[in-house]
Amino acid sequence: MQPVDNTAQLRNGSPATLTRLAEIRALAESAIDKPAALGPDIDISAFTTVSEQQRVDSLASLEKQVRETALMSGFTADESQRSASYFQMDRTPIYERVAEAFGGAIEIMGTEDALVRYPDEMVENYWWTAVAPDKDKYTALVALHQTEGYFIRVKAGQKVDKPIQACLFISESNVSQNLHNVIVVEDGAEANVITGCNIGTGVKQGLHAGISEFFIGKGAKLTFTMVHNWDQDFSVRPRTAAIIDDDGTFVSNYVLLKPVRSIQAFPVARLEGARSRAVFNTIVSGLGDSVIDLGTEAQLIGEGSRSEAVARTVSRDNSVVYSRGRLIGRTNDCKAHLDCRGIVQSATSTQWAIPDLASEGAPGAELSHEAAISPIAAEEVYYLMSRGAPKDEAVSMITRGFLDIEFPGLPDALRRQIDAAIEETSRESM
Amino acid sequence: MATGAGGPLLSIRDLHVRIGGRDVLRGVNLAIASDETHVLLGPNGSGKTTLLKTILGMPGYEVDQGSIEFKGVDLLTLEIDERARLGIGIAFQRPPSVRGVKLRQIMELASGGRAGEGRLSAIAEELELGQMLERDVNMGFSGGEAKRSEMGQLLAQQPDLALFDEPESGVDLDNIAVVGGAIQHLLKGPLANDPRRAGLIITHTGHILKYVNADVGHVLYEGRIACSGNPLDLIADIGRQGYEKCVECATCNL
Repeated sequence: MQPVDNTAQLRNGSPATLTRLAEIRALAESAIDKPAALGPDIDISAFTTVSEQQRVDSLASLEKQVRETALMSGFTADESQRSASYFQMDRTPIYERVAEAFGGAIEIMGTEDALVRYPDEMVENYWWTAVAPDKDKYTALVALHQTEGYFIRVKAGQKVDKPIQACLFISESNVSQNLHNVIVVEDGAEANVITGCNIGTGVKQGLHAGISEFFIGKGAKLTFTMVHNWDQDFSVRPRTAAIIDDDGTFVSNYVLLKPVRSIQAFPVARLEGARSRAVFNTIVSGLGDSVIDLGTEAQLIGEGSRSEAVARTVSRDNSVVYSRGRLIGRTNDCKAHLDCRGIVQSATSTQWAIPDLASEGAPGAELSHEAAISPIAAEEVYYLMSRGAPKDEAVSMITRGFLDIEFPGLPDALRRQIDAAIEETSRESM
Repeated sequence: MATGAGGPLLSIRDLHVRIGGRDVLRGVNLAIASDETHVLLGPNGSGKTTLLKTILGMPGYEVDQGSIEFKGVDLLTLEIDERARLGIGIAFQRPPSVRGVKLRQIMELASGGRAGEGRLSAIAEELELGQMLERDVNMGFSGGEAKRSEMGQLLAQQPDLALFDEPESGVDLDNIAVVGGAIQHLLKGPLANDPRRAGLIITHTGHILKYVNADVGHVLYEGRIACSGNPLDLIADIGRQGYEKCVECATCNL
C-alpha cells in the first residue's frame, strides 16, 4: 500500500504539533497488525489505497448513476434544502460548498486541508483525541495511510436549520478508503449532518475504514445520520467517538439495509459534560451472507448525563447479526436505557443481542436494558390476516412496523427514502 | 331457526373440531341468516371461542368432520384473509399488540382501502378513539380501549357476518355502552332502512344484550348446541338454574 504522508504538509505546525504527529505515527505503526477485538479479521494488505479523482464544479455534473446512488443515502444534488455539501470520490474531496446563507456559520473541507489551515488547533483538540490511533489495525491504517475525510465546523451559537450533507463514495474495486472525519459543533450551535457511504455500481471487494471524531460544545446539539449502502463483497470498519460537553446533545441515527461482507463498529459517546445527553437509534437488516457486528457505547461521566439507545435488527438468509449495547455509569447522577430487539426471519441466520452494563464507582447510576429476539409472532400475522391482509403482506407490515423507529431530526425526504428502503426489504423478505 | 329468504348466510353442519388431539366441538349445527343476530352462551370450555376461531380459519383448529358454508362457499378451503375479504369479521376478546402498526393502518386495511379519511374520522368519533388512531395497535391499550379499537376495525371492515368474542369482558359500564352501541349500529344500522348484517356474539353475562337486539340464543354445552331460544329467556334460565339444569331441561323438552 502506498503510504499517504500527511505530516510533510505540516511544516507550519508548532514543535508540539509535530511531536504529537510523530507520536500518532509511532502508535499507529505499533498497531498495524493488531486485530480488532470484535468482528472478522481482514487482511488489509490485500487492498491498494483509493485513487485521485477530478474535482467537479457542481453536483449536477456528477454522473447520473452516482447521483442516484448517493440519493439512496440521503445525499441530494439539489442543494436547495441543504446548508452545506461535501462529496468525496475515492481519494479526493471533489466538491465542497457552503450555501450563501450559511457562509458565516459553517466551515466544510477535507481534513487534510483543515490540518494545513489549522495545524495546531486541529492536532491539539481534534486529531486523534477522541479515538486512539493504536486501537487496532484499522485505526492504524487510517493514521498511516489516510485518504482525506471531511472537516465540518459549525460556529458558536449558529443554529443551522437545513442539514449538512456528506457523501463518501468509492468507485473502484479492491481498494481501501481510509477516512478521517471531524465534526465540531461549537458552544450553543446546532447542526444536522447526514452522511451517506456508497459504492458505485459493479464495484467489488474493498474496505472502508473511517475514523469519525465529533466534538459537541456546551449547549450544542449534533444530530448525525449515517446511511450505509454497501455490497456483499465490501468490508467496513468505522471507528467513531463523540465527546459531549455540558448540556450538549448527540443524536446518532444509523441505517443499514443493504448486504455487506462484514461491518464491525462500536461508536462511543463520552458524556463528559454535566447534563449532557446521547441518543442512538439503529436499524439494521441483515441480508445474504452479511456479518454485522454493531454496538453503541455511552460513557456517563458528567453529572446528570443521560443516554438512550434503541436498536431494531432483522436478519434473513445466512446473515449473522450482533447487536451490542454498552452503558458505563461513572457518576452518581446518571441514567441510561438500552432497548434492542431482533427478529430472526430465516433458519440459517443468527442473531446475538448483547447488552452490557457497568457502574464504575457510581452507586447512584441507573442503568437498564431490554433485549429480545423473537420470530414474528404468528398471532400478530393471523390478526392482520383476519383484517384481510394476505400472509406475505401481513409479515411485511409487521417487519416494516418493527423497523420504523422514530428518527429525530431526520429530514422528511430522507425519512421517505428510509421508509421506501424498509418497504423494499420487507417485501424481499417474503 | 330463521334461514332468511335466500337460505342462510352461514351454514354449519355437523361440525367436529379438535385442538391438539382433544375433541372440542362434537357435531355443531348452526345457520345464521343475513339479517340475524345470534348469541352464543355456554360455560367455560364448552367450545364457544373454538367455534368462532374455526369459522375464522385460525390454524390449530382441526376440522374432523362436517362443513361450514358462507355465501354458499366452502369456508374450510379458504385462508383467514380470504374469509375476511369474503365478508367475515371478528372483534377478538384479547387481540395481540403489533408494534409499529398503527390502529389507523389496520382500519384502512380492514376497509380494503374503501374507507376514506372522513369515514375513519366518523368511526373514531363514534367510538371515542381520538389519539388511539396514531398509536401502535393494542400497545398499552386499556381493556375498554382494546374493545373500542376492535369495534373500530369492524366498523371499517363492514363485514356481512360479524363475530364478537365476549365484547363485554374486562370493560367498565361506560365502555360497554359505547361498544354495545357500535355493535347495534353495525348489525342493525342507525336508520331503519340501513342494511342489516349477521352477527354471532359470545357472551357470559348477557350485559351486552342491553344494547344489542339479538334474535336467537344458543347454549353450547360439551361441544354441541344443547338448546336454542329467545336469548333473554335463556340467560334468565341459566341465571336461575345454572347451565347444567338448563341443558337438562332443554334435553327433556326435545
